[in-house]
Amino acid sequence: MTAPLLDVRDLSVEFPLRRQRLQALDGISFSLEAGEVLGFVGESGAGKSLTGAAIMGLLEPPGRITAGTIALQGRRIEDDAASVRGGEIGMIFQDPLTSLNPLRTVGDQLVETIQLHLGLSGEAAEARAIELLEEVGIDPERRSAFPHEFSGGMRQRIVIALALAPEPKLIIADEPTTALDVSIQAQVLALLRRLCKERGAAVILITHDMGVIAETTDRVAVLYAGRLVEEGPTADVIAAPRHPYTAGLMASTPNLDAVSVDTVLPQIPGSMPGLTALPSGCRFHPRCGDAMAECARIAPEFADGVACHKYSAVGSMKGKGASNGG
Amino acid sequence: MLVILARRLAQAGLVLLLVALISFAIFRFVGSPVENILGQEATVADRNELIERMGLDDPIPVQYARFVWKALNFDFGISYRTAEPVADLIASRLPATLELAFISALMALAAGILLGIFTAINRGGLLAGFVMTTSLIGVSLPTFLIGVLLIWLFSVELGWLPSFGRGETVKLGFWETGLLTASGLKSLILPAVTLGLYQMTLIMRLVRSEMLEVLRQDFIKFARARGLPERMVYFRHALRNTLVPVTTVAGLQLGSIVAFAIITETVFQWPGVGLMFINAVYFVDIPVMSAYLLLVGTLFVLINLIVDLLYLAIDPRIRDRNLRGG
Repeated sequence: MTAPLLDVRDLSVEFPLRRQRLQALDGISFSLEAGEVLGFVGESGAGKSLTGAAIMGLLEPPGRITAGTIALQGRRIEDDAASVRGGEIGMIFQDPLTSLNPLRTVGDQLVETIQLHLGLSGEAAEARAIELLEEVGIDPERRSAFPHEFSGGMRQRIVIALALAPEPKLIIADEPTTALDVSIQAQVLALLRRLCKERGAAVILITHDMGVIAETTDRVAVLYAGRLVEEGPTADVIAAPRHPYTAGLMASTPNLDAVSVDTVLPQIPGSMPGLTALPSGCRFHPRCGDAMAECARIAPEFADGVACHKYSAVGSMKGKGASNGG
Repeated sequence: MLVILARRLAQAGLVLLLVALISFAIFRFVGSPVENILGQEATVADRNELIERMGLDDPIPVQYARFVWKALNFDFGISYRTAEPVADLIASRLPATLELAFISALMALAAGILLGIFTAINRGGLLAGFVMTTSLIGVSLPTFLIGVLLIWLFSVELGWLPSFGRGETVKLGFWETGLLTASGLKSLILPAVTLGLYQMTLIMRLVRSEMLEVLRQDFIKFARARGLPERMVYFRHALRNTLVPVTTVAGLQLGSIVAFAIITETVFQWPGVGLMFINAVYFVDIPVMSAYLLLVGTLFVLINLIVDLLYLAIDPRIRDRNLRGG
């Protein structure tokens, strides 16, 4: 069996502060096959974006990886992310309005990226840039225009073209459509998914929108307060969430068929703890309706696609080993 | 583009007319020049004849119009002190000041921008901290004191560089240059450093804070995520985005370098227009003072015009806004 495209084991990220060290990610493990779309979902501050930044080696100092390994096709990259950044792994950020350099034409920025990674001559890079713009649905004649002359949706298409330019094996998309109009969101996501499928590139899609997860991803990983709480095929997780947090998340997502004007959406009581005041044991237990005595004492191991004592205690082996997709 | 230029030129012309009005008014503030020229023993007939010859009995607007017309033809009258035409006096002095100002502005810009980038990139570093601290000296010490300290160290103690004058000069047509002889260049070093030090520290601090601001922006993060090496991120993407405010300040500072050359020229007995102005003040040599005022005013207006045009070259957003007629 060959190594998976991306394999992350026990990844921990810390922010050392003057008085204490904030553990922002705690032992995250997952893997990803070529061409697969993995969604990361969770509340703000759960560690979704940090996971992406850690893989790219773009953690804001003083944040740093304190434990764990990141391997791209079997090659360890956690200490050498610069060698794959932009080339083998591309990244797309939330706000397309600010992702492009306002003072240089979009063509310039595309050609620069292509030349850097593919080592093409000026003319060949220009031709490649034209192809890419056509693929993302931008008139190539407009490559001499500046970013401010495009709409938000068009700019995100250009950003996608930039991320795909070096033929990466993996794209990390950090809330790529949050800043866009709802009507544009679906288009841009469909485009991203199609272009990645065509190229066999895998995607890590970071979002807090369960709708986006349901429509776009093959598998989903749920993060809570820096820990992975559940992971599995998207359809399974949505149909039958196992972790109480995932279940709460699903229940609080509005469903047009079931909701009338008067229905009150259920919500998870309380809010996610800050990193300075993490509860003992399972980090979700103060908010969990199913909490048992041991939940407050012992942190549940992540096993078999879920990190919850409900399953380890009962010994239920339901689910099909989703953490091991290959 | 031509429309913008025409509009700016019209504005510049208006400003210059106002400056000319002030220069013209100086003549009237200090009373009639007749006494100065003829002395106290002159007869009434002599006075009347002179008043008529100089046109001092004409209505004020006519006198002002004549003043502007003459100024346009580089006729600024005769110096009260040396009885030379003021235009010749300025023409013989201006090269010295312009060379000094140009060289010191060049040094200030080059060193200021490089040090600004360096201190921004290495923020928190030991060397950058040292540069920042020393730069406080440049900001806080008055120019004349820096000049005197430099003379004491390099001329008196070490004896490396001359303490006053321009050294040997070479005449190129009407332009008398000190840049082509060894002694001329040596004489230039101390005054140029004195004059440029304040501007350099100012530009350095400005570039640093602008760089830090720009480096926080998303498009820099995205440029890194595209895999661009740091050198390209700093120089191709960050630096240009700091240039609009830097150009503004550098332009204004270039003007004040010429204006403040008065102090440096006095300290180093540099035979430029600044020294000429100081001597003119001692002798109440009104035509020289008024011509100097016009000269400095024109320089400022010219520099601002160039700065406005540079904006258009640097930032396409400003270009578009202006073309739309904003």
